[in-house]
Amino acid sequence: MLNLNQRDTGTFLFVIIITVLAPFVMNPFPTESAMAQFNAGYPDLMQRFVIFGIFAIGFNILFGLTGYLSFGHAAFLGVGSYAAVWMFKLLSYNIIPALVLSVIIAGIFSLFIGFLCLRRSGIYFSILTLAFAQMSFAIAYSVLSNPKFNLTNGETGLQVYADDIQLFKVENLTTPHLFGVKMNSTYELTLGAWDFQFNVGYYVSAVVMILMFYVSIRIFRSPFGLMLRAVKTNQTRLNYTGLNTRPYTLAAFVISGMYAGLAGGLLASMDPLAGAERMQWTASGEVVLMTILGGAGTLLGPVLGAGFIKYFENILSKINDNVLHAWFQYLPEWLENSLVWVLHWFTGKGWHLTLGLLFMIIVIFLPGGLLDGANRIREAIRGRKAKKNAKTPAE
Amino acid sequence: MSILEVQNVNKSFGGLKALQNVNLKVEEGTIHAIIGPNGAGKSTLLNCFVGKLVPDTGSVTFDGQSLLQKKPHEINQMGVSRVFQTPEIFTDLTVFENVMIPCFAKRDGSFELNAWKPVTRESDIRERAEQMLIDVNMIDKRDMIASSMSRGDKRRLEMAMCLSQSPKLLLLDEPTAGMARADTESTIELLKEIQARLKITMAIIEHDMGVVFSLAQKISVLAQGTVIAEDLPDAIRSDPRVKEAYLGTAAED
Repeated sequence: MLNLNQRDTGTFLFVIIITVLAPFVMNPFPTESAMAQFNAGYPDLMQRFVIFGIFAIGFNILFGLTGYLSFGHAAFLGVGSYAAVWMFKLLSYNIIPALVLSVIIAGIFSLFIGFLCLRRSGIYFSILTLAFAQMSFAIAYSVLSNPKFNLTNGETGLQVYADDIQLFKVENLTTPHLFGVKMNSTYELTLGAWDFQFNVGYYVSAVVMILMFYVSIRIFRSPFGLMLRAVKTNQTRLNYTGLNTRPYTLAAFVISGMYAGLAGGLLASMDPLAGAERMQWTASGEVVLMTILGGAGTLLGPVLGAGFIKYFENILSKINDNVLHAWFQYLPEWLENSLVWVLHWFTGKGWHLTLGLLFMIIVIFLPGGLLDGANRIREAIRGRKAKKNAKTPAE
Repeated sequence: MSILEVQNVNKSFGGLKALQNVNLKVEEGTIHAIIGPNGAGKSTLLNCFVGKLVPDTGSVTFDGQSLLQKKPHEINQMGVSRVFQTPEIFTDLTVFENVMIPCFAKRDGSFELNAWKPVTRESDIRERAEQMLIDVNMIDKRDMIASSMSRGDKRRLEMAMCLSQSPKLLLLDEPTAGMARADTESTIELLKEIQARLKITMAIIEHDMGVVFSLAQKISVLAQGTVIAEDLPDAIRSDPRVKEAYLGTAAED
């Protein structure tokens, strides 16, 4: 189907089904139950799942295939956001021109940075990208935000004001929309004890992610993808085989930069605000973690990794001391207090600690990431079945 | 007609003169061996052919074109393939993918943004790669990951990768170094067969005298950075200068 082999078609269908049914799948607990705080089926978080999924899918084209570890991809995400908000300010709240411009600007920006950084490989490349991203952050934060020339609006973040130009302004549309359908409109469906939310912004982002996932499958299976994997394995042989590695790595860098720009544009389309902190090195590090956690170089891994990190970030940070006390109120007071004291370090503001521990466990025991774990489980089950079949005597 | 011509090439590293006034001609359609004791400058000379090193003075011309200032991938696109001392292959990829890559390089040039059509639909490339694997007798290892093969098979694969580009000149840097006797012999057979069938010009750097004398049609002897003899194998075998270069003093009868 769609020029994919059987296995890729399966993966692709799996992604489509999960994203389309996400409002159900992510919302397994009844609204009134104590477990409801583990639900992830609300628009804001689901949007993040798919948008950071796009970011990680693009990053994986560079890192997973060529092995070039960029520590500056958040810069392209930030540039994409700024470009999108500027389109809102100048044209209208329609997200199409915003997304188009964010991809173009991120592409140009990554062409420039990639051209310079790809003169080195390995750790030097990583450091160069990190340096460029931090420079971009500093420029966006202060340099390009002065009264004479205010491109980024510095600390406050770029946003749309009532007196902005908006050439194609439509009166009643004061939030981002797609030809009149507002991103923030949500349809709620109540089924028994469950409330399911269907958000326009989520579904728009999900459709974009599905398309981008398909593009990444095609790139993975193309001769270009084969060359990128060859870059990772042996650049010497590639050069002596008559292939110029530089344009291949640069093309991969620009493609992944454009993915990041698209993700940035979508972030701004969900919430029309762009801040410099989106370009911080911590944001660049996050996409590296997503990709490695899910499984670098695999198709599905980065999407899983993005979902995993965003889930824990949002859910764990919501569990504050009050929530913990409510959980353990049936226990004797001394036990309740000591349990809360211990868990306090791992939840709420301490969620980074839990994420760090999970990351360590996965990298140590599953170097291939979450997807590697899933494959091992599948093989273990298959192996047991095979044994069972072997035991039944032949007739 | 000579396909590769080296004229008055000098190369020094700091105070060390690695090559001094080297002159060499490789005739089209022959197997030309370059031998010499350790440190004679054989590998330096080879690296000047492929664009890894640039000679200080002198000229290297291939097929009438200068190779100086050209990058390795450009020289390869002109028709020069190289087999390394330790096989350089794509260890993480399958044998079949390994052979497909040089086929793509031959068809599409040094860069092609072919990012949409699946590799499985590139039937001309697949046929060519498959035929190549049949030719070198490796079709049964088609889907193996290259890193899991024996050293002899890796060498054979590297050779197949170079041959799939049908090069005008094949450079071999000690193709049998570190091989078991049986592997060495099968490599010699493979090279002889290729030479007989495809008439590819080859330049071989080799330590193993058995290999050199059973393959080469012409031999150049390098010692201390200069060519001290260039002749047919029989003449080289009895040349006193060659013996001296290898044994240190003139051998007494």
